[in-house]
Amino acid sequence: MVERYQVAIVGSGPCGMSAGGRAAERGMNHILLERTDHLSDTIYKYQKGKHVMATPDILPLRSSMPFEAGRREEILQAWGDTTKNLGVNVRYNAEVTAIKGQKGNFELTLRAGEKIVAENVVLGIGLQGNLRKLAVPGGDWSGVQYQLDDPDEYESERIVVIGAGDAGIENALALAKQNTVFIVNRRDEFARVKEANQKAILEAIEAGQITCYYSADPKSLTPGRLVLTVPDGEAVVECDRIIARLGAIAPRKFVESCGIVFPNDSAEALPELSPRYESNVPGLYIVGALAGFPLIKQAMNQGYEVVEFILGNDIKPADQPLLEEKFRALLDRGRSVDEIIELIRTRMPLMSGLTPLQLREFLLDGAVHFPKKGEVVFERNDYTNSFFMIIDGGAEILIDPTNPAVRVNLGPGEFFGEIGLIAGRRRSATVLSGGDSFMIECPRRSMIKLINSVESVARAMNEVAMVRQLRTYLSPHLTNEALAPVLANAEIRYYKPGQVLFTEGEPDNGVYLIRKGSVTVARQIAGRDVIIAYVAAGNYVGEMALLNQAPRNATVKAAINTEVIWMDSARFRQMLDAAPELRGEVEQRLLTRLVEGETMKARPEAGNIIQFLVEQGVGEATDILLIDETLCVGCDNCEKACAETHGGVSRLDREAGPTFSGIHVPTSCRHCEHPHCMADCPPNAIHRAVDGEVYIDSSCIGCGNCSRNCPYGVIHMASKEPPKAGLLAWMLFGFGHGPGQDPSHKWGQKKGGDGPKLAVKCDMCKDLPGGAACVRACPTGAAVRVSPERFFSLAELTAR
Amino acid sequence: MKLAGVSIHKSIIEYRGFFYLKLAAGLVLLSVAAYWVHQPLAGPNGGTWLGYTLGTIGALLIVWLAWFGIRKRRYGVGRLLLEDWLSGHIYLGVALLIIATLHSGFQFGWNVHTLAYVLMVGVIVSGAFGLLVYLRVPALRTENRQNMSLDDMMALIAGLSKEIYQAASTLDDEVGQLVQEADQRTRIGGGFWRQLSGTDPHCATTRALNKVRARAEQFSGADADAARQLVTLLARKVELLARARRDVRHHALLKVWLYFHVPMTVGLIAALLIHIFVVFLYW
Repeated sequence: MVERYQVAIVGSGPCGMSAGGRAAERGMNHILLERTDHLSDTIYKYQKGKHVMATPDILPLRSSMPFEAGRREEILQAWGDTTKNLGVNVRYNAEVTAIKGQKGNFELTLRAGEKIVAENVVLGIGLQGNLRKLAVPGGDWSGVQYQLDDPDEYESERIVVIGAGDAGIENALALAKQNTVFIVNRRDEFARVKEANQKAILEAIEAGQITCYYSADPKSLTPGRLVLTVPDGEAVVECDRIIARLGAIAPRKFVESCGIVFPNDSAEALPELSPRYESNVPGLYIVGALAGFPLIKQAMNQGYEVVEFILGNDIKPADQPLLEEKFRALLDRGRSVDEIIELIRTRMPLMSGLTPLQLREFLLDGAVHFPKKGEVVFERNDYTNSFFMIIDGGAEILIDPTNPAVRVNLGPGEFFGEIGLIAGRRRSATVLSGGDSFMIECPRRSMIKLINSVESVARAMNEVAMVRQLRTYLSPHLTNEALAPVLANAEIRYYKPGQVLFTEGEPDNGVYLIRKGSVTVARQIAGRDVIIAYVAAGNYVGEMALLNQAPRNATVKAAINTEVIWMDSARFRQMLDAAPELRGEVEQRLLTRLVEGETMKARPEAGNIIQFLVEQGVGEATDILLIDETLCVGCDNCEKACAETHGGVSRLDREAGPTFSGIHVPTSCRHCEHPHCMADCPPNAIHRAVDGEVYIDSSCIGCGNCSRNCPYGVIHMASKEPPKAGLLAWMLFGFGHGPGQDPSHKWGQKKGGDGPKLAVKCDMCKDLPGGAACVRACPTGAAVRVSPERFFSLAELTAR
Repeated sequence: MKLAGVSIHKSIIEYRGFFYLKLAAGLVLLSVAAYWVHQPLAGPNGGTWLGYTLGTIGALLIVWLAWFGIRKRRYGVGRLLLEDWLSGHIYLGVALLIIATLHSGFQFGWNVHTLAYVLMVGVIVSGAFGLLVYLRVPALRTENRQNMSLDDMMALIAGLSKEIYQAASTLDDEVGQLVQEADQRTRIGGGFWRQLSGTDPHCATTRALNKVRARAEQFSGADADAARQLVTLLARKVELLARARRDVRHHALLKVWLYFHVPMTVGLIAALLIHIFVVFLYW
């Protein structure tokens, strides 16, 4: 007798388990099939004691199962208990090998040959069940494993970790504590991993704790002996164990055998689904990672929702209340959330490549605005870097700061704000609302995530951005006709710090407009490179050779990660001929550079200061604290002022940091153009204020990512200061601790305060009237805060 | 040099185009003129209307000047920069010397009134010394440090000590003894005068250097090479030690005057209160 169910759920990961829980709660005749002998194998296989995050925080959990951030063990325990309490019908060791049939009558075959019939099937098998295997001769050696439960289990072994993704790095770092560890990286760098992991692995390699083989691929394996192909031949690694972390791919063969179609042949491709998670086979639903939602909370929500859908209950996604709140004003005018999302998708060509689910997720972070005609959206020189989409109405961009009448009009479907987003600098123009508009403001972080993950968005944005950047940075009066030939073969080029754009003596090969980052210009003087200028984003280099029709007379290098728009010389010259105004401007700038070059040649020490500051990473700063050592009396009143105005913890260390030519760069926040600290902040607690201050808000969870990601070591973790006596009580009677004194006196020392530690950093005293307390408290005027453009400017350096 | 509207490389003396100097000078000129014009019968003294006026101005100035100690510890408040306060503190402090002297009518004696005056002069003189130190020492210190911090120097010295032991290890016991003594008995800093002097006439490393040098000519072959290397290393350490001691001296100079300036201020305020009390008691 074959068992019959209303729904069969395949896989007991977060989504399948959640579906099972909901089905049990709703009294459905159901079965949850799990391949192994325990629930949720992927989480089960996490490293022991791993802290599991519950992102995205903003998304509410909708499931019959509990879930909140915590240790792996606690989460598994809670799931196990709830599964039992709800009476979920789980069958373990029940791997499904085939699914046949159609809605109302699916037949599932189990590994043991047993058959199960179900009206509907929910496929929640994820990807982790299908790990990429080590495909080399001898790869079946018993010493090869694809997971690591407890790194402390191994001691004094030689272990090779293959794969330089986050999982591989985390394993290698944990194992390196008591083993000899090698890591094999297919590329010549650690890319596409969390910044904190990248930093940690590079430090471990630098310190000799881990040996890394770059640009290496496994070639063959015999027990205890791994052969690698490396750039200069082969390398042999003797090892006791190999941990291969090569990622996971969709178990395509099995999924296709169920009749499900994939949109393309790419290894990363996932099946296409309806908004109700139904595949092209009616009655066969897919949820979780296989549906493109790898996060635990999303998957659990889908498990719940899919059961409701099967029951014919057309519930809205869990984020519905959030979106309703967001679009409240429009809902009052009789539109539904779905209509609005469809409107955005069809109106905005930029967003058309997104699925409705992706778009919903993206919009959760956005803010909705309804500016009236003429209302200011943002002002030139504001330090915001969000991105705006015009859904309805329009916008007017005041492109010429000297003449507010020169405006560019944008209509529905267009966007703006991308120049500030890319450059990480102040807004280059004021934007007004062009009518009674409906705009969506997307925060920097979600926009960057979108650009990095959806190719079509990146492409569409760059196309528009390039034209605007040329206009903004060259001349607002350039016509489309004048620009067209240049644009036709212009391209965006990327440079790493220290990489050369062009070298002195080379023939002219184009003009470089810097749209992100900054560069240094150096010239050979008496046999050595002398820096003669620092050029920030929004300017161009390479025009000198073009106008003089001569070889390059200087070498230009990226100071930090830099993006330029490269333009062909001949076409650029044509454009100049068509735009006499621009020609005059370029000519003027060239003359300025010639004069500057001569002055700098006579003052090599100024060049040395630029060189020193660039080495300190000042190039990516927007505001930096410098101390004039010839005025500093070492009273530390700056540190005390910082501590006293910021909960007892100083965010700057005056004494630390290098000094050159009387200029001291203390350890303090530089408010970077593209803040490293923002890159990986789970609660998105780090923001940039209108005046440029990068600050951490009260939603900090104390994870420490920002502190690890900051290359300048200016963020640290501190608990709240215990209450202290008043100033006079301390001065007259010695009560409590004095300004800046213990318990939060020195960096790195144990703090006196109890309670959770949160990240603290310089906020440039944005909430205090009068500005930075450190500078205001300097009795001799030695401490100054400056932007690098000012500091690097020649006039100021030569005036010394 | 000017940065973001703020002068750097401009000392506190020139602050805001000598604004506070002008202010103080104006106050002094007014006081002197009044003193000149006012010719009381009993000769100038603190009991005339001008005497009381100057005394009141002086007392208020003392309170304001002493308030600096509180103001510099109150952070993130007020409209003025601490630099304003310090500049005013300096010039008005000097002005106080003249105003208080005029207030006294040059009448001094062995009493609490003159004690208050003497303490005030002590505070102002120590402050003037402090100002000189603040103007002079930071540049000297920067030059002496050569882009190193004291910690860097200490680390270098510790590294050199290891190298010195190594270089001496192949040489005879006498050298070994010298090197060990030098390492163990060398001090940086120390007591009050030692820190301020910035030198150590009994530096064990200098002594070791001289003795090893004297002995070095007796060695030959590989020993001679080792001895030469040892001398080089010792000389390098002596040089670094001298630099570290100078840094300690600079640090001490920047701090030491406060040990006079602040206690004397407290004494001055006490004496001033008695002075005022006594004056009104014997009205």
